[in-house]
Amino acid sequence: MSTTEQIQDLTKQEYKWGFITSVEEDRLPPGLNEDVIRAIAQKKGEPEFMLEWRLKAYRYWASLEQKHQEPKWANVQFPPIDYQALSYYSAPKQKKELKSLEEVDPEILATYDKLGIPLHEQKLLAGVAVDAVFDSVSVATTFKAKLAEAGVIFCSFSEAVKNHPDLVKKYLGSVVPYTDNFYAALNSAVFSDGSFVYVPKGVRCPMELSTYFRINAQNTGQFERTLIIADEGAYVSYLEGCTAPVRDENQLHAAVVELIAHDNATIKYSTVQNWYPGDKEGKGGIYNFVTKRGKCLGKNSKISWTQVETGSAITWKYPSCILQGENSVGEFYSVALTNNFQQADTGTKMIHIGKNTKSTIVSKGISAGHGQNTYRGQVKILKGAQGARNYTQCDSLLIGDKCGAHTFPYIEVRNASARMEHEASTSKIGEDQIFYLQQRGISKEEAVSMIINGFCKTVFRELPMEFAVEAQKLLSISLEGSVG
Amino acid sequence: MDKGMSLLEIKNLHASVNGNEILKGIDLTINPGEVHSIMGPNGSGKSTLAGVLARREAYVVTQGQIMFNGKDLLEMPAEEVACEGLFLAFQYPVEIPGISNAYFLRTALNAIRKYRGEEELDAMDFLPLLREKMRLLEMDEKFLNRAVNEGFSGGEKKRNEIVQMAVLEPRLGVLDETDSGLDIDALRIVANGVNSMRNKGRSFLVVTHYQRLLNYIVPDFVHVLVNGRIVKSGGPELALELEEKGYSWTEPELARR
Repeated sequence: MSTTEQIQDLTKQEYKWGFITSVEEDRLPPGLNEDVIRAIAQKKGEPEFMLEWRLKAYRYWASLEQKHQEPKWANVQFPPIDYQALSYYSAPKQKKELKSLEEVDPEILATYDKLGIPLHEQKLLAGVAVDAVFDSVSVATTFKAKLAEAGVIFCSFSEAVKNHPDLVKKYLGSVVPYTDNFYAALNSAVFSDGSFVYVPKGVRCPMELSTYFRINAQNTGQFERTLIIADEGAYVSYLEGCTAPVRDENQLHAAVVELIAHDNATIKYSTVQNWYPGDKEGKGGIYNFVTKRGKCLGKNSKISWTQVETGSAITWKYPSCILQGENSVGEFYSVALTNNFQQADTGTKMIHIGKNTKSTIVSKGISAGHGQNTYRGQVKILKGAQGARNYTQCDSLLIGDKCGAHTFPYIEVRNASARMEHEASTSKIGEDQIFYLQQRGISKEEAVSMIINGFCKTVFRELPMEFAVEAQKLLSISLEGSVG
Repeated sequence: MDKGMSLLEIKNLHASVNGNEILKGIDLTINPGEVHSIMGPNGSGKSTLAGVLARREAYVVTQGQIMFNGKDLLEMPAEEVACEGLFLAFQYPVEIPGISNAYFLRTALNAIRKYRGEEELDAMDFLPLLREKMRLLEMDEKFLNRAVNEGFSGGEKKRNEIVQMAVLEPRLGVLDETDSGLDIDALRIVANGVNSMRNKGRSFLVVTHYQRLLNYIVPDFVHVLVNGRIVKSGGPELALELEEKGYSWTEPELARR
């Protein structure tokens, strides 16, 4: 079956990842206080330093919460969240520690199977190592042995805390401190799992690493944390995908991702975010409030973010780069789609500190239905960033006449040698374009998906092959019914 | 299709755009292998006729019937008309950023092949075919990977239309003012492309304001369209007569109706 055929089939579908898996849960009752933080740390058997860090984060968060200091500057609207009504820990019940995939609850394996996530190593075709996070807990990491051979550590965050506490202690919060913002503080206090990657000096990670996030339980938040460290001269490409069941109420997802690239190291981080977006009337859906930041610590280091954001009721995220090392490079490629009543306020921050640092921003926003899509980006050139360069391209595509596209670029330059370029465009998908393609025999749905894929091409070509195909499919499905 | 059946049969066609009646009763029959030309002054309804045939949504048919290939054309959506073998070479070809010419055209050809129950072509089979047609229209290979019509000059866009027609091999090619904006060399190249496709089974409807294109693509029949009606029909000599006497020459014909 050709890609276009697949797309066509898929355009006829609704959100197909919306099923619920019935597994026994081990969950904490709703509510948030210091005892809950202690209970989480205890359940996870964490060392003292983690508990202390969590408690500091909790106290900071509680001080903000008391003063209602949630970020209010984003161009999104939602009723206040009752943080005491949420449960902060939900895990599939298991009697003992898992030693192999065979011991994982078959219901969970079946879930990932349905989602097309290859957890069984023998089924792996593309050689992608997968870490799967179900609700709050990492259930399985594949290809561990092969990675270990190369010296790469790829495991759940909990395992990292147990087996590599020194690395965790050294880097946790070094890019996104718990004081960074309201949701980062909340995450730091209650995060229950996530992924951890360490690529040692001079190692090129032999395969793509991937994490698959799944929210299953009701009335829970998902708070995972990812920490990736590429030591001198290392290279790693990391992918994440996300889905959630269809539920009427909104669910909170507040993740934190920290990346650290040492001298001559490269980290490529790709996201295909497809959390449940809510129904056609805007009921339900995930609040995706995420803090992602990478630090190009060493000279000639590079961090590249690529994101395709099609899901969630509200998306609030700004994957950013701190360009500290000389000649370091930051990139941000984004496609954000909002349909029906989805809202997205997304973009990036590029902070140029080191000499001759370069950043590239390519943002493609697509709005359909009543969707509201905001690009918010900051480029900051500090005094010492002699010879810094930035290129920003920011395009919006509108489908229909009830949606909106908004652009807020912030540029701050404190070094006269900096070179900045900014291009922006807004266009409406044209009836004449659709007709032109139809006149060549191409169906209307396929015509729309073709035009949109063309619009997003500069971003898609940054994605690993299988992800690019997945992303194209997702766009088609997410736009289903938006063109009459 | 049965032998002797006409390819296109238009009966008493009335059509409106934005509530204004543009076509006011057109009758036209095109048989396989014939080349017809529709000539007329600006605003006479030439492009509307081309748009109605291609099932452009803005053009609303209020009366009449169109049979194409033995089927009711007005029952078909635009893509089905295309799959049945009607190709419209646009007066103003549209740009599709980010989609390469080659990918676009392969998708189109495969959609049509699929409709006909034929096997789809992969890139390996398709590219030699496309290259051959591009040579015919003297187009550089760099246009293979350029986005559809993006940054093309006016002449390149028109040549690209004929390349597409040559690849899709329609039963009926409708050329909507393909000559407008072409210099004499480009006109010759485009006409050669069209002429090389002429055969017993394939028909053309050449819509033009000027006679000059018809020196290169010599039609079997010429129809003069004035104010939404065909006021005169004849052979190729009618085009020359028009060139000489101007469209006002046909006005009395119109007045008498």
